[in-house]
Amino acid sequence: MNAVLDAAIWFAQACLAIATTFAAIRLIRGPRAQDRVLAFDTMYINGMLNLLMLGMRSSSTAYFDMALLIAMFGFVGTISLAKFLLRGEVIEP
Amino acid sequence: MSTVEFPLWAALPAAILLIIGGLVTVTGSIGLLRLPTFFMRMHGPSMGNTLGAGCVLIASMLLSSALQHRPIIHEILITVFIVIASPVTAMLVMRAAVYRTRVNEERQRKQATPLTAAAEGKQDGERPAAG
Repeated sequence: MNAVLDAAIWFAQACLAIATTFAAIRLIRGPRAQDRVLAFDTMYINGMLNLLMLGMRSSSTAYFDMALLIAMFGFVGTISLAKFLLRGEVIEP
Repeated sequence: MSTVEFPLWAALPAAILLIIGGLVTVTGSIGLLRLPTFFMRMHGPSMGNTLGAGCVLIASMLLSSALQHRPIIHEILITVFIVIASPVTAMLVMRAAVYRTRVNEERQRKQATPLTAAAEGKQDGERPAAG
């Protein structure tokens, strides 16, 4: 049974790597700033999922904390970028 | 991975969920890459990534529960966080895009009729967007 699970984890990791690559392409050539912010949002979620896959492959629980931190700080970063696009500055006086 | 033998009840649903999650996530990212306008592009990752993350996190919960012989539901934290954060992010980026599109259109209209632009003299602290 482990062979099927191993193959599934390989497949999902390949899919997530392809998805991260697509997001990186959009991040590089996005025509406007909001495209880049959206691609950044997609990219950090894909990277976090790939990190969770790595944790599943190595049967370790240490990757969970890293994934939680990536999710939280990525959310804060995306909100800051969107606020900057909306208002011109992040923290207003 | 090769040192631990997972039982069938955990390995099979986890494998199916991982495959579904990977396919859904790559579909969302293809949508992000291929769709023509920004407002179309926004839908792909904001829905595909949420569902893909849910599938992968449920698979991770199953595997770690089977590994430690007791229910491990730590991953539900990330699931709840993503489910809360993803619509907020999509909404804010969409509002920013609507605002920037409107500002761009106003600027183009003023350039088309320069007399009213000189009369209004309005400035907004934003660079003209590239492209």
